[in-house]
Amino acid sequence: MFRQPYNWREIDRLRRDMDRLFETSARRPLGRAARFPAVNVWADEKEGVIVSAELPGVSPEILDISVTADTLTINGTRSPEDLPEEAQYHRRERYCADFSRSVQLPYTVDTNQVEASVENGVLTITLPRAEAEKPRQIEVKTSG
Amino acid sequence: MTDELQTQKQEAEIMEGVERTRASRVYLPQVDIYSASDDIVILADMPGVAEKDIDITLEKDVLTINGYVSTADGPEGYELVHGEYGIGDYQRSFTLPDEVDRDNIEASLSNGVLRVTLPKAPEAQTRKITVKAV
Repeated sequence: MFRQPYNWREIDRLRRDMDRLFETSARRPLGRAARFPAVNVWADEKEGVIVSAELPGVSPEILDISVTADTLTINGTRSPEDLPEEAQYHRRERYCADFSRSVQLPYTVDTNQVEASVENGVLTITLPRAEAEKPRQIEVKTSG
Repeated sequence: MTDELQTQKQEAEIMEGVERTRASRVYLPQVDIYSASDDIVILADMPGVAEKDIDITLEKDVLTINGYVSTADGPEGYELVHGEYGIGDYQRSFTLPDEVDRDNIEASLSNGVLRVTLPKAPEAQTRKITVKAV
């Protein structure tokens, strides 16, 4: 009889990938809330990266933004409004809870030059590209 | 995974035969509505809208909130690498219940959240009724 050798390495890799998948998604609730806030990522290979997120009603003091060379993390809470006594919700569509988003950056950035600002409920984070990483024009010398 | 991306921002429905004069997309702002003893409050998420760009109109029984956004394009020269939300104007309409005192509706905008306070007409305010023991 001919038997296929049992490939432990493939199974193990699959198990590790599944663990990683569930590990990151377990921290966030499923459904729409998993994507609050929505982010847009803009990039320019010379300048760097700009990340924008719509965070209406979140005051800047509550935001916790941290950045490593290639990942941006935005943590914070949008607390629900304090309702007066005897008040009742007719409709509740806005996400009001803790949120945490990690964005993988397309380029390595200079963490010392990162700036963030909020205007009208939109958070904009500018992440300039690390100087050493910027593309350099290479001149072709001809001879003869 | 793509079905998650557009569920955040819902596009407003276009009325038959009516077009907007502005070229941008129109979204439905997400709202929380609650009713307290003497007023009804609407909180609408309108990120990117400045106070001067809000239009609230009341026609018969229908309250319409409009928010206009000025920066529909991204930063100059940059390429969109990952887009989860579109940028555009906001519009949503609500039919008001009879009990709203239409002359005293107030609105304010803070951090991209529009707050519309609709006071209930005095006759409609909840009154506590005490039960006397006989």
